[in-house]
Amino acid sequence: MSTVVDDHNHEAHHDHKPSGITRWLFTTNHKDIGSMYLWFSLIMFFVGGAMAMVIRAELFQPGLQLVEPQFFNQMTTVHGLVMIFGAVMPAFTGLANWMVPMMIGAPDMALPRMNNWSFWILPFAFVILLSSLFMEGGGPDFGWTFYAPLSTTYSNDSTALFVFAVHIMGISSIMGAINVIVTIINMRAPGMTYMKMPLFVWTWLITAFLLIAVMPVLAGAVTMVLTDKYFGTSFFDAAGGGDPVMFQHIFWFFGHPEVYIMILPSFGIVSAIIPAFSRKKLFGYSSMVYATASIAILSFLVWAHHMFTTGMPVFAELFFMYCTMLIAVPTGVKVFNWVATMWRGAISFEVPMLFALAFVILFTIGGFSGVMLAMTPVDFQYHDTYFVVAHFHYVLVTGAIFSIMAASYYWLPKWSGHMYDTTLARLHFWSSLISVNVLFFPMHFAGLAGMPRRIPDYAVQFADINQITSIGGFAFGLSQLIFLWLVIKCARGGEKAPAKPWDGAEGLEWTVPSPAPYHTFETPPKVE
Amino acid sequence: MAEQQNYYVPPSSIWPIVGALGLGLIAWGAAHTVIETTSDKQGWGSHVLFAGFGVIAVMLFGWFRDQINETMSGLHSDQLDNSYKQGMSWFIFSEVMFFAAFFGALFYARMIAVPWLDGASNNVMTGEVLWPEFVAQWPLVETPGGTTTQAMGWYGLPLINTAILIASSVTCHFAHVGLEKNKRGQLAGMLSLTIILGLVFLFLQGAEYIHAYEELGLTLQSGVYGNTFYLLTGFHGMHVTLGTLMLIIMLLRVLKGHFTPQKHFAFQATSWYWHFVDVVWICLFVIVYVL
Repeated sequence: MSTVVDDHNHEAHHDHKPSGITRWLFTTNHKDIGSMYLWFSLIMFFVGGAMAMVIRAELFQPGLQLVEPQFFNQMTTVHGLVMIFGAVMPAFTGLANWMVPMMIGAPDMALPRMNNWSFWILPFAFVILLSSLFMEGGGPDFGWTFYAPLSTTYSNDSTALFVFAVHIMGISSIMGAINVIVTIINMRAPGMTYMKMPLFVWTWLITAFLLIAVMPVLAGAVTMVLTDKYFGTSFFDAAGGGDPVMFQHIFWFFGHPEVYIMILPSFGIVSAIIPAFSRKKLFGYSSMVYATASIAILSFLVWAHHMFTTGMPVFAELFFMYCTMLIAVPTGVKVFNWVATMWRGAISFEVPMLFALAFVILFTIGGFSGVMLAMTPVDFQYHDTYFVVAHFHYVLVTGAIFSIMAASYYWLPKWSGHMYDTTLARLHFWSSLISVNVLFFPMHFAGLAGMPRRIPDYAVQFADINQITSIGGFAFGLSQLIFLWLVIKCARGGEKAPAKPWDGAEGLEWTVPSPAPYHTFETPPKVE
Repeated sequence: MAEQQNYYVPPSSIWPIVGALGLGLIAWGAAHTVIETTSDKQGWGSHVLFAGFGVIAVMLFGWFRDQINETMSGLHSDQLDNSYKQGMSWFIFSEVMFFAAFFGALFYARMIAVPWLDGASNNVMTGEVLWPEFVAQWPLVETPGGTTTQAMGWYGLPLINTAILIASSVTCHFAHVGLEKNKRGQLAGMLSLTIILGLVFLFLQGAEYIHAYEELGLTLQSGVYGNTFYLLTGFHGMHVTLGTLMLIIMLLRVLKGHFTPQKHFAFQATSWYWHFVDVVWICLFVIVYVL
């Protein structure tokens, strides 16, 4: 089928960019919106990071050192919320905005105006959330999981701000996900069949489905918290026939798919980068697709493994334990496929590849500690200790964040048109790699020895391990400033990047010049 | 298809950021309204909330005006139409999941939490120690804490309302058929009838709430039975209100001569939404009222 361009009645498609601030405020361009998401995410990464620094400074020595316990709790809570909803999820949405239309040969996202709406909700949501920290009585201090009754009976006045901020973040995520899913289903270039799509597109398709399925459940959970706290309902109050454990069921029905929302796009990124720098095709493409889908389906059946210690019949504990362990199978398929892709490849170690390799190894460590936590009797000991903190930081920092870094280093030349300073990039990688392990690895031991999470003070026996952890934390925080400097430097100028700076890279995004023109694929490309 | 149209990518638009501002104002305003009305604090909450609604109204008006003008000038390809249809379907799916959270809460409270409080499963001592007097039952007319209420029956108003909503779904369908067969009279008539049925439903639902509050003593504070009852029917009622507003706008557009038998996405989306609201009600009627 040949495509005939029909442009008789409008000249809306100038290729010059609108200028000034209104370009960003009013834009309908997927690349502009992608950039805004990515910058927003980077800002939130530093905001959440600053809170992590407060936490690590307080924990540097035993005893109450710097901040009030209640403020410490606000820091752990808002650090989690900002990193999840402000840093990781917007970063992935930004990557999807930039890359999905280019990868499938679409002229833009399917619903460009709604795309801009999804983005601009986020700054408002986070201003509301962060402003609650400065209210009388302080901000949310019940942990990012806002368990009832901490968030109902015992929470402070600002809880309503938290609830409505989460509501509009959810609206933003749902609209963003609808946009991605419709773009992928409806906007593929002729010949771009489902099983030819790059894995990043596949993983985002499934992620978008998860988002649309579970963000409304989160909205339901915060609504019940709101009415319980302010309007006298008793969803989570046994005196009225409710149950605080019910909160955890509802929350984790959202929460567990949410953790896959934050890792599936990473799988897509790594599945693009490892073949590019191994100069081989991805091993087991279709098994990767099926593994991703299996993980997504299983993610709806494992939520209660977060609640082994909070009261469930033994049968339920066993069911959730076995389902959770099943997830290790498709995840293992993925890890083995990446390794098999590298097997006998002509590997080179450019910065995106370094981050992708670190991802594979460190994410797998996080996966292993996940299997340990999945065992019900073992979890009875590890629950709510630093072992859990170590586990989810391995999958989220060295997993999700490292993959976002890898993606940034992989596509930055395409976005900016400039090569970045590779010396700085390597410095960033090595300092991050070392510091992140100094930061999170000792937490495993602190947790196994019984140090509880979310407590500003600890027994003296944990002093050394916390000091090492804090030093790693400060070093990791400082290392990210290198990344900030590098990105700003690259955006402002540098060596011109060719259309395809990586010789082994594949995909439609490398067929357009660098920087990618403001409008790409207005006429769909033909895909063989 | 003789030639394939380019996918229409709209030029820059002010409306998305106006919408974001509106939602921001609503979120801030709603939160402060809640805080202020439940404590003795004074503030700007409700003013900001209403300002937010105003901004959203302006945004919707402007955004849809642009959208309608684009449709009328033929900028919409079939592919774009598909994007809209798929987008709407996924939106409705997200709404289904929102209601699922509350149905899930109802299920959990009824089948697990309440029996456990009376010592079911391996919780014998829970009942003995906490509330030895408590007897598990559903509807939960006496909570463990001692709040009492009366249950809402399913005959009478709820049954009438069920008939009304099902009838409105049928009339909505025939309005759609009228549009597809280009019978504009049938379209306008059936659509008006649907709107009237929607309004009657809302009126009766209001009457039912008054009955519940004043005669049955069933309030939002009556324990988990009242909670699930009001949140499920309340959110459903909000959706009916929104659906009715959408239907009214569709009627105004029909009277202005919009929509063709081939292209009428906005009408179709509204009709989908209306059927969805109807299905939610049927689930509600069976699960909340009858069972």
